[in-house]
Amino acid sequence: MSETKTETSLKGVKNLAALTGNEAVAQALRQINPDVIAAYPITPATEIVQIFSTYVSDGLVNTEFVAVESEHSAMSATIGASAAGARAMTATSSQGLALMWEMLYIASGLRRPIVMPVVNRALSSPINIHCDHSDTMGARDAGWLHIFSEDAQEAYDNTIQAIRISEHPDIQLPTMVTMDGFIISHGMEVVKMLDDDVVRDFVGTYKPDTYLLDVDKPVTMGGLDFTDFYFEHRRQLAEPMEAAPGVVKQIGEEYGKLTGRKFGLYEGYMLDDADYVMVLLGSTAGTAKTIIPELRAKGIKAGLLKLRMFRPFPADEIADAAGRAKKIVVMDRAEGFNAVGGPLCAEVKAALYGKSRAEVVNAVYGLGGRDLGPDLARAAFDLSGPGVIHLGVRG
Amino acid sequence: MAINLKELSKKTVPLSPGHRACAGCGSIITIKLVLMAAEDPIVCVSATGCMEVVTTIYPYTAWRVPFMHNAFENAAATLSGIETAYRSLLGQGKISGKIKFIAFGGDGGTYDIGLQSLSGAMERGHDMLYVCYDNEAYMNTGIQRSSSTPFCAATSTSPVGKASRGKKQYPKDLTKIMVAHRLPYVAQASPHNWQDLMAKTRKALSIEGPKFMNVISSCHRGWRVPMTDSLEVCRLAVESCYWPLFEVEDGAWKLNYRPRQKLPITEWIKGQKRFAHLLKPENQPMVARMQEEVDRRWGELLQLCGEKAG
Repeated sequence: MSETKTETSLKGVKNLAALTGNEAVAQALRQINPDVIAAYPITPATEIVQIFSTYVSDGLVNTEFVAVESEHSAMSATIGASAAGARAMTATSSQGLALMWEMLYIASGLRRPIVMPVVNRALSSPINIHCDHSDTMGARDAGWLHIFSEDAQEAYDNTIQAIRISEHPDIQLPTMVTMDGFIISHGMEVVKMLDDDVVRDFVGTYKPDTYLLDVDKPVTMGGLDFTDFYFEHRRQLAEPMEAAPGVVKQIGEEYGKLTGRKFGLYEGYMLDDADYVMVLLGSTAGTAKTIIPELRAKGIKAGLLKLRMFRPFPADEIADAAGRAKKIVVMDRAEGFNAVGGPLCAEVKAALYGKSRAEVVNAVYGLGGRDLGPDLARAAFDLSGPGVIHLGVRG
Repeated sequence: MAINLKELSKKTVPLSPGHRACAGCGSIITIKLVLMAAEDPIVCVSATGCMEVVTTIYPYTAWRVPFMHNAFENAAATLSGIETAYRSLLGQGKISGKIKFIAFGGDGGTYDIGLQSLSGAMERGHDMLYVCYDNEAYMNTGIQRSSSTPFCAATSTSPVGKASRGKKQYPKDLTKIMVAHRLPYVAQASPHNWQDLMAKTRKALSIEGPKFMNVISSCHRGWRVPMTDSLEVCRLAVESCYWPLFEVEDGAWKLNYRPRQKLPITEWIKGQKRFAHLLKPENQPMVARMQEEVDRRWGELLQLCGEKAG
């Protein structure tokens, strides 16, 4: 079953603002009003915490802001603050996320419900500040929930929902909410914001059961497991990821009641009867949504499956929604460097295994911010062949 | 509470018996003395290393106070997050009461991999005490050299051989690096002088802001001394002026102990098998160089502390 967002008209909507993705997320952070934010500058995510620090300076939030000396320390301090009993957040991109890599696993292993906006940017080398998904794809198996956003509105909405998802008693895992570098982070859009008190009521107060500052009930965190316990603890860590789809849908529905914008695990666009399905993540969905009606007008039954959740990966839903298509084109904005294809395609193929006879085509596109215009996106529907196709590259 | 054995014997030790540290471990003594000196509620963090490993083997913990281990290089960053959470929650009225914060790290986790995190936390001015238990090598992974390892010491990555007489470099002067951060309190101590160590801990905890203590803490496995000599070998490090006891309060240097008769460095190294090769006649020039460096650093310290040379 396709899950399509309900769009509402802008007429009569209050709290309309022209915001970039970074500004929208900074506003979400202000409304969430976390206890601690520890962060380090990195393009293109810098603005989020830069704007947020003006909220701190102006006394608009209760947050203590820690300007740490690296992203490794940003995540370390965020984990420490969360363990201490605070609602703690940070934000980053690219190399910064790569520097956090060690700590990402510890954040999930310690079951810290940290929410981190990540502005997707290419990884070095060559150094490049523009968008692709290599950074968060590299962290895809770190035990974090991973939500992609198509535009500034979704980045805003997802950031707010992620607090509830991460802190849900059945989850207690960190979440990264991503948006495409520059395309979304620096592109200005009309964003429908909620009232501050509505967001504060929605996210509620963080009340952990055990926390370090509870000195009357001392707890040890981050202890050592030998072979007799490690496996059990890692198995326990996998369980909330299995529970996450239900929680994500439930909170998406609740948020939908507040906003008219309903969120599930994915968004289908002209998907129900589509013979030709494009599967992708992030801002390219906007391009797909402009060309699909054109193709439909020509009698080509094209459709889009835009994944919102990449972790947990909605394998069954993908098979149900797109399995009967003739062709599925999976668009990866990250190279897999595995001589097979991109990470999204590998997972989509696994999801379809035994459930679909569709031809699955993999295109890697848009690395380092290379634009995918409507012509190329249209051409992607015509691609075929077993190997990975690099779309829009010279030579 | 006075720092004397009668008073201390009435106190619950924040670190329980039953931990897995080696008998005669110098570092666990250091940590226990620091914890016992604290009077207010404390929250502790440790870098990855022997002390974290031996105290937290699941399903047990030796910590009777809140404790967290995060990773190797980030004890200071982690504690800075905890301390910030405390200020935030206290300011919002979500919690109440006084809490002090202590981070522990070995020399590997402090001089080497954790130096950036430590420097950052100290510069930001978090209200915390960082204690380095300096056992002069990566003991937890099997005695590899660190930037604290003494000149000529044999370790598993600076072994003695036909072409090597052990570690080629002198140790980094970390305590001075921390003084250069212009902290309100920096001290060097040794567990053999437990009253000095505990008094310094208590003083450090009474001062608001970032504090640092560097505490020599012998490892009999790495230093190759009998386990019964762990405190004696620390004492000899102090008596030979290899490890002077001093403190720097708001930039004012103070020597806390001046040996009546400064022992030659050979008195410290002769009982330690990591220096066994230095006892050979052909290696005496190395001993002379080591002595020269100890004398140079001691002379500098005397000057900084306004003490007479000698």
